Amino acid sequence: MRYSGFEVIKEGIFGQKGWRPVWRNPDPKPAYDAIIIGGGGHGLSTAYYLAKEHGLTNIAVLEKGYIGGGNVGRNTTIVRANYFLPGNSEFYSHSLRLWEGLAQDLNYNVMHSQRGLINLFHSDGQRDAFARRGNAMINQGDDAILLDCDGVRRILPYLNFDNARFPIYGGLYHPRGGTARHDAVAWGYARAADQRGVDIIQNCEVTGIDIEGGQVIGVQTTRGAIRAGKVGIVVAGRSSQVAAMAGMRLPIESHVLQAFVTEGLKPCIDHVVSFGMGHFYISQSDKGGLVFGGDIDFYSSYAARGNLPMQEHVMEAAMTLMPMIGQAKVLRSWGGIMDMTPDGSPIIDKTDTDGLFIDCGWCYGGFKAVPGSGFSFAHLMATGHHHPPAAKFRLNRFRDGAGLMDEEGTGSQHNLH
Amino acid sequence: MRIICPNCGARDRREFYYQGDALTLRRPAPDAGPEAWDDYLHIRDNPAGLTRDLWCHEAGCGAWLVIERNTQTHAIDSVTLAEKVKR
Ligand SMILES: Cc1cc2nc3c(=O)[nH]c(=O)nc-3n(C[C@H](O)[C@H](O)[C@H](O)COP(=O)(O)OP(=O)(O)OC[C@H]3O[C@@H](n4cnc5c(N)ncnc54)[C@H](O)[C@@H]3O)c2cc1C
Ligand SMILES: [Zn+2]
Repeated sequence: MRYSGFEVIKEGIFGQKGWRPVWRNPDPKPAYDAIIIGGGGHGLSTAYYLAKEHGLTNIAVLEKGYIGGGNVGRNTTIVRANYFLPGNSEFYSHSLRLWEGLAQDLNYNVMHSQRGLINLFHSDGQRDAFARRGNAMINQGDDAILLDCDGVRRILPYLNFDNARFPIYGGLYHPRGGTARHDAVAWGYARAADQRGVDIIQNCEVTGIDIEGGQVIGVQTTRGAIRAGKVGIVVAGRSSQVAAMAGMRLPIESHVLQAFVTEGLKPCIDHVVSFGMGHFYISQSDKGGLVFGGDIDFYSSYAARGNLPMQEHVMEAAMTLMPMIGQAKVLRSWGGIMDMTPDGSPIIDKTDTDGLFIDCGWCYGGFKAVPGSGFSFAHLMATGHHHPPAAKFRLNRFRDGAGLMDEEGTGSQHNLH
Repeated sequence: MRIICPNCGARDRREFYYQGDALTLRRPAPDAGPEAWDDYLHIRDNPAGLTRDLWCHEAGCGAWLVIERNTQTHAIDSVTLAEKVKR
């Protein structure tokens, strides 16, 4: 079924009885041309672009849990293209352009909302750094506006501008930044890939990768062995475990990142806002909940739940920046497992095993990358060539030390990102 | 999370700095080559389960500690002074 305004009205009149499940639930076939391990955002978008851009439709996505149960359904949904370093800059720029046509392309409302992103700064030095970042964004073809304090005050009047320690000097405004409905993105890609013939197989955990003479020949799963000459690993926080099945060790440490949501409120925060002097960023969901988060907990973890110190830090930063938030009740908090690389930038590459590819290391920023990563990874898997916007996301940059992309400028070391 | 420092007793996690996998105690020789240095600086086992990592009691006695911990439950099995492990 193609979704349209007409269908919505028709179903409204006829009692909503015509809607059908949005993807099939097939049993795994004994063999495919290609297998994607991991049905998160990146795995599903890879499958979709393999089918759409490269005509590879005899493929399967194997997901150990359910679609949308991983980080793709746990993130704070911010979509932006305000990266600075060559390598990241062109990739996120490409990804944002894909976002802008995504709902039409997938025929699924992913609720991509370009409400504008404002990164606040609180000192002269920070202003200089943000001015430089804004120039880089304009050079890459995206948008950036440097706002002074009054400029910020006009659009975000509810902030505490005169905090004694962290007065607001201004903000870098990225009008095309915004949010999207995270699980709709997973569902939309799953549906669109399914419509092109991709088998989406849930409750199917990959437990082994079969390699013969240096070439991948298939995988072992909880639902039996499946053959394929091409396999892509796209499992986010579980990358180290799945790569180990192929004898690989990765430059990755898994860390928990938490997020929070309040009770539903009337619209009050119209943009995405980030604090420049503590880890805190916020937006309001279409249901009314204030969605906010901070930094990782800073020790390796697979617990998918966080610790109090970071919760405290986030709440303190929230109160410092927008005291009105003290009126809202926090409903829930949760955590997701992030695949952190030493330099904070991702990996889209071939491996030493022929036919085996890997897409990982998205750290806490991979939601905005869902379209771009799938597009570039599909290109690599189908053609064997690196897609230009993602050509710098190589594994060997760590060994060789050339091409490290330390976007935060904190040093290329595991515990610093 | 609380960590029992051998010098100071049970203390809040906030007092500790996390360095990462305790393999950082085994620094390669300067001329060990790029593979050895890549292993040391970047490549990690990253286990889902038992791990051994290095923490510093920076807001306490300042000692470096080797902590055996479960990354799935956050339970801590043992805390040892790094100087004893290293020796
Ligand atoms: C709290 C939080 C906030 C975030 N906020 C943002 C944000 O605002 N903006 C942004 O850009 N990014 C954000 N991120 C990061 C972003 O969510 C991730 O980088 C991205 O979702 C990771 O890619 P994915 O969607 O493919 O991962 P996932 O959805 O985790 O997909 C990986 C899938 O692999 C499956 N899998 C694992 N092992 C196996 C196996 N052996 N066999 C089969 N399947 C397996 C898992 O079950 C999972 O479904 C945030 C993350 C968190 C946790
Ligand atoms: Zn101590």
